[in-house]
Amino acid sequence: MDRLEEKLKILADAAKYDVSCSSSGSKRKNVGGIGDASSSGICHTYTEDGRCVSLLKILLTNHCIYDCAFCVSRKSNDIQRAAFTVEEVVKLTMNFYRRNYIEGLFLSSGIFKNADYTMERLLKIVKKLRLEERYNGYIHLKTIPGASDEMIREAGLYVDRMSINLEMPTEKGLQLMAPEKDHESVKKPLHFINQEIQSLKQESKLIKHKPSFVPAGQSTQMVIGATPENDFEIMSVADTFYKDYNLKRVYYSGYIPIQNDHSLLPQIGSKPPLVRENRLYQTDWLLRFYGFQLDEILNPTFQHLDLEIDPKLSWALRNPHVFPVDINTADYKMIIRIPGVGRQSALKIIQARKFGRLHEYQVKKMGIAFNRARHFMRCADSPFQLGYTSMEAVRAKIVQKNPAKAAIVNSSQLNLFS
Amino acid sequence: MYYIFDGTYYGWLTCVFEAFERKEFEARPISVNRYIPDMFAVDRTITTSTDKAMRVSKGLAMRLDKKSRMDFYRAFLFEDEAVWQASFYLCIEIFRGNTAILSNYGNDAVLKFSEALHKVSRERHRMKAFVRFQRAADGMFFAVLEPDFNVLPLIITFFRNRYTDQPWIIYDLKRKYGVYWDKIRVTEVQLNEGDSTAMMQSSTVVSLDTQEEYYTNLWQQYFKSTNIKARRNMKLHMRHVPKRYWKYLPEKQFGNIKS
Repeated sequence: MDRLEEKLKILADAAKYDVSCSSSGSKRKNVGGIGDASSSGICHTYTEDGRCVSLLKILLTNHCIYDCAFCVSRKSNDIQRAAFTVEEVVKLTMNFYRRNYIEGLFLSSGIFKNADYTMERLLKIVKKLRLEERYNGYIHLKTIPGASDEMIREAGLYVDRMSINLEMPTEKGLQLMAPEKDHESVKKPLHFINQEIQSLKQESKLIKHKPSFVPAGQSTQMVIGATPENDFEIMSVADTFYKDYNLKRVYYSGYIPIQNDHSLLPQIGSKPPLVRENRLYQTDWLLRFYGFQLDEILNPTFQHLDLEIDPKLSWALRNPHVFPVDINTADYKMIIRIPGVGRQSALKIIQARKFGRLHEYQVKKMGIAFNRARHFMRCADSPFQLGYTSMEAVRAKIVQKNPAKAAIVNSSQLNLFS
Repeated sequence: MYYIFDGTYYGWLTCVFEAFERKEFEARPISVNRYIPDMFAVDRTITTSTDKAMRVSKGLAMRLDKKSRMDFYRAFLFEDEAVWQASFYLCIEIFRGNTAILSNYGNDAVLKFSEALHKVSRERHRMKAFVRFQRAADGMFFAVLEPDFNVLPLIITFFRNRYTDQPWIIYDLKRKYGVYWDKIRVTEVQLNEGDSTAMMQSSTVVSLDTQEEYYTNLWQQYFKSTNIKARRNMKLHMRHVPKRYWKYLPEKQFGNIKS
C-alpha cells in the first residue's frame, strides 16, 4: 500500500466518529478559481452504515497528548499513528474535489505538542487551499480547545463552519471519561466565535463588503450512551447551547464501544444505541422546526423518550385535549403538531383548503403518514366519533399497524432521518 | 384527439397554442416516437413553431412568477405522457384565468404535476452528487450518466459555476447527448455510437491521466475507512444510493479494492 493511502486509511478511520458531515449553510461563491458552496449541501455518497459522505473527513494526525477514555486516538491506546503533511491534505482535497467526489474538507486533529501549535498547522492547510489553490469549496474546521483567540479569529476568515465537541453531555460525565478536559474550554471558543459572528452581523448593516466569517456557523457533538445522562439532561444541554451560542446543529453520536479497559464504558460487542439516537434527533427537529418547547417533550416528570414511538406522537398521546385538529380551520402551527404530518404537507393543506374544504381522500395524497395522522385530525368528511377512544387504544393501533418499527427497536437496526 | 409533437419543449408549448387556436382543449399531447397509432383515435400532427411556443411562454410569464413558469419546463423533462397531459391541462386552466390553480393540491392534475416536479428535482440533486469526473490524459474531465429523467439541462449552471477552471464533458448515455465546458462557454455535444461506448468503458479506450487510477484507489480506500461497521445498515444505504447508479460510482466498484 502506498504511504499516502495508508495514512488516509488510518486518519479517516480515526475521524469517522465525528458524525457531522453537513455541507450546508454557506453561500461561498467561486471567485476566479475552483469551487463554491451549495447552500443546501450535497451528499455525494453514503457509506454502508447509511451515513452521508459529503466532506473528506480526516484528522491531520491521530497523535494526541490527551487520554480521553471514549476516544480511539487516546494516548494510551495501542494503535497505528500517522500524520499528514500540509501538502498531502491539500493534494487529496483538490484531487477529490475536482472529480466531484466531495463537497469539501472536514479537518480535525489530535492535539500534538499544544493547542496553538496544532491550530497553526490546521490554519496553514486552510490558507493554502484558499489562497494558493484558489479553492472556494466548503471547509469545516475543528476548533482546537485552548487555541488563542487570534488564531481562531484568523481561521474563521477562511472556513465555512467551525465546531468543537462537548463530548459528554454533562460536566460530570466528562470528568469520568476525560479528567483533563472540562466544558468551560468548549464554551469559551463557542462564545468567542459567536460574538465575532454577531458583531459582524451588526457591522454589516453599515459596511458594504463585509468579510465572511464562519458563514455556516458553529456546531457541536455529544456522545450518547457512554455515560449515564438521561434524555432530559441531554436535550436540556442541547437546548441551552442552541440558545446561548446560536448553534446551527447539535449532533448526537451513539457511543460505539472501542475498548474493554474502562469499567464504566459499554463493552465491545454491545450494540450502539441507534434508536435512542434517532429519537434524540427527532426531538431536536421538533424544537428547531416545529415550534415545540423542550418542557412539552421532556421534563422532570418525563425524562426518557419513548423508544417505540416518535416524540411527536408521544406528546400527542399525552395531550388528548388538543385533538382532533380540524385541518380545514386550524392554523399552520397546530397542523404541524399532528403526528404524521410534516411541514411540507402542512403547507400544501393550507394552500389547498382555499379552494374548498378538504376531504380525507385528498389529504391522503399530500404525503402524510395517514395511519398515524387519522387519529388526530378531522377532515370535511371524517365520521363524527361517538364516545371516546382512549389514547392507549390509539397507541396500540398505531404500533400494531407498524410492527416493523417495533422489530427495529429490538434489533437496534434503524433508518436514520426516515 | 392526440396532438403528436416532436418531443421538444417548444413542441409541447406549440400544442398549447394550437389547442387554443382550434378550441381543442381535450387534446392529449404525445411525442412522435411514443405514439402508437390507434384506429379509434383521431390525431393531429403539430409542427413545432418557435413563434407560437414563445407566445405561450410569454403568456405564462405574464400570469405566473418565474419559478412556476420554469416548473412547466422542469415537469416536461419528466418525459411522461400523463405528466405532459396534466401540465397541458394546467396550462390551459391558467390561460383561462384560473392562475391560482397550481396551489390547489386537492386537484389530481396539480398533484401529478407537483409529484413530477418533486421527482425531477430529486434526480437533479442526485446528479449533482453522483457525477464522477475522470481525468483524461489531455486534462479533460469527463463523466457519464444515465439519469431517470432528462435533468442534464438543469445541472449545467451548477457545474459551470463550480468547475470553472477545468474543461469538462458530462454525457447522458441514455439520451445520447452531452454538454461540454471549454472554460469559456458551454456547448451541446453528440458523440457517434462508437465514441459513446468508448466513454462508458473509459479506461480501455480513452487514454486516462496517469494519476487517475491512483486517485480512484484513494477514494475507494477513503470510502471504506470512513464506514462504521458497528452501524451497518444496508437498507438505508441502498435507499440513498440505489443500485442503478452504482455503475458510474468508483466507490461502488469493489473489483480492485485493496484491504
